[in-house]
Amino acid sequence: MYGSLRHEIRIHRSAADVWALAGDVTKLHTWFPGIVDSTVDGNMRVITMGTGLPMPEEILLIDHTQRRFQYRITAPIFVHHRGTIDVIELADDECLVVYSTEADPRTMALVIAGGTAGALVELKRQMEAPALSTEGSN
Amino acid sequence: MGRKILFITTDQQRYDTLGCNGGTIARTPVIDGVAAAGVRYERAHPQSVVCMPSRSTMLTGQHVSTHGVWMNGVPLPEDAPSVAEVLQDAGYRTAIIGKPHFEPFLDPFARFPENGFARNGTFGPHRGFEHFESATHGAAGPLHYARWLSSTHPEAVGMFYPVLDGSLEVNAMGGGDTGAPQAWVNNIPKDWYHTDWVADRTISWLDSLGADDDWFCWMSFPDPHHPWDPPAGEVGRIDWRDVPLVEGYIEDQTERERVIDAKPRHYRAWYDGTLVSNYEAPAKWAPATLTPDQLREVTALNAVECELIDEAIGRVLAAIAQRGWDDDVDIVFTTDHGELGGDFGLMFKGPYHVDGLMRLPLIWRPAPSSSATPATVTRPVGLVDLAPTFCAIAGLPVPAWMEGTPLPVDDGDADARGFERVLTEWDSDLFGVSVHLRTITRDGWVCTTYQPGTAHDGTEGELYDLANDPLQRENRWDDPAFAATRSDLVADLWDHQPPMKSPLPAVQAPV
Repeated sequence: MYGSLRHEIRIHRSAADVWALAGDVTKLHTWFPGIVDSTVDGNMRVITMGTGLPMPEEILLIDHTQRRFQYRITAPIFVHHRGTIDVIELADDECLVVYSTEADPRTMALVIAGGTAGALVELKRQMEAPALSTEGSN
Repeated sequence: MGRKILFITTDQQRYDTLGCNGGTIARTPVIDGVAAAGVRYERAHPQSVVCMPSRSTMLTGQHVSTHGVWMNGVPLPEDAPSVAEVLQDAGYRTAIIGKPHFEPFLDPFARFPENGFARNGTFGPHRGFEHFESATHGAAGPLHYARWLSSTHPEAVGMFYPVLDGSLEVNAMGGGDTGAPQAWVNNIPKDWYHTDWVADRTISWLDSLGADDDWFCWMSFPDPHHPWDPPAGEVGRIDWRDVPLVEGYIEDQTERERVIDAKPRHYRAWYDGTLVSNYEAPAKWAPATLTPDQLREVTALNAVECELIDEAIGRVLAAIAQRGWDDDVDIVFTTDHGELGGDFGLMFKGPYHVDGLMRLPLIWRPAPSSSATPATVTRPVGLVDLAPTFCAIAGLPVPAWMEGTPLPVDDGDADARGFERVLTEWDSDLFGVSVHLRTITRDGWVCTTYQPGTAHDGTEGELYDLANDPLQRENRWDDPAFAATRSDLVADLWDHQPPMKSPLPAVQAPV
């Protein structure tokens, strides 16, 4: 069964600054709690989850103009997966970050999206921290 | 030295599964004895009929709207208040052993501390428990029981029923003799089963304490929650062929469906398998397919699990007596919510605020040194009252953040202290299906209002006269003869319903 979920958060920081971190495929582990490492080789990324489980992913799209990143988890447990991060400008110093998760089985959509909800909170925390930095702190 | 507290919970146990509550299938002499020496509650309700919200209520003494764990999969915030913390601050030694479930189990990101202790080889502290040793319904996952079983008896790990199917939905696979969903032959020896493990680990923790320590131990059995897979060597205790059908099951299909059709439409939709509103029931099973023999077998397996729990409690009580503590120990026994168990042809749980899920076994045997008088309380009480009760037992003031009241010791005490009503709430929003219920139980009535959702427009409701219709077969919501009763109960419900926490915490896993 197929499931599709979405989380979003407003961040008081320019879309360009937020995209500099959220759109950097090598830095996911710096703002996604529960992901401890990410390595990129071409269009393949392997993330390591907090349990030590590696999760292979295919990078589908990095669009710096739309500020959109799309990927899919290729682990066999997924019949289908697509993750999408959109950073949408609302004002010069404010943006909306939308993290969408589609998956079959749908239970995995809920599990992955649960992680993305926490990731958005952490992204906001880092981006709105007084000592502004796009390097992440994890 | 003060009073010690043994808090015993089971998971998803019906009121009528105990001998002291009129049950005739499982033999529960230990709990029956505790009840005979203490206070037995005949109308104890949970504030939610699923695990995580209900357990969060027990820990915090708060209604669901206040602590914010509004459905399974929403973690209780790490800084949420905890009665264990209150007791620990007062000098109590504290432990939880067994099923905690304040945080989601499905946690591949390892974000939740509950799931990290066993992985790290540690035992807390967490939420005011200096010792945190966890188990759930089988041998899968990151909890202490699963780690223990896989390291000491790896051959037994695969013997349990697979709780999730290949697509990670709650499994609908049938087993046993009748093909009943989640019935299973589990060849694990009794000594390795989680019920005995919980008792063993509790005894071990108690053994580690000093004679003069005051302690609060939450012993939390994962059973008799499905899957119904007790050790095969114990199944012969009860032959399912001899088990009567539960009173709430209506054998005649036409009458059964007439009763269901008089309830809000999600009952019939689930019965037919066209709407599954929550993750806790198998998505690929329709209750309409349940046969009488399947129900008999599930009832028998459930009863076996209840008997094993009763015996395990007996071992713990014997260990307590051996330490010379018995006179100073308060025993509180309950469960987090009930089980539909065949009522109206339904099983498992969901947004159905009827007795199968809401009427809970609750027993409090005050420490014999307190010279309490055995009693039966018929007035409505809630699990929200447990945490304040523990404070009262310890001689501590009830913190302002707790919303319950120390349990009454008899009906006179209940009347004097205003035990008039108990509230239960349900909210779920899962894969595009949302359901929202608010329920009040008062003056012998159960009244449930529905807010707009996927299957409801907000005008629906349920109204049952518990005295004249104890099986809740006749929904009086739309009966003009009871319009004033309905109106009074609904107004009272909203007068006492706490506001929902805002912003609403996110669902982070299915369970």
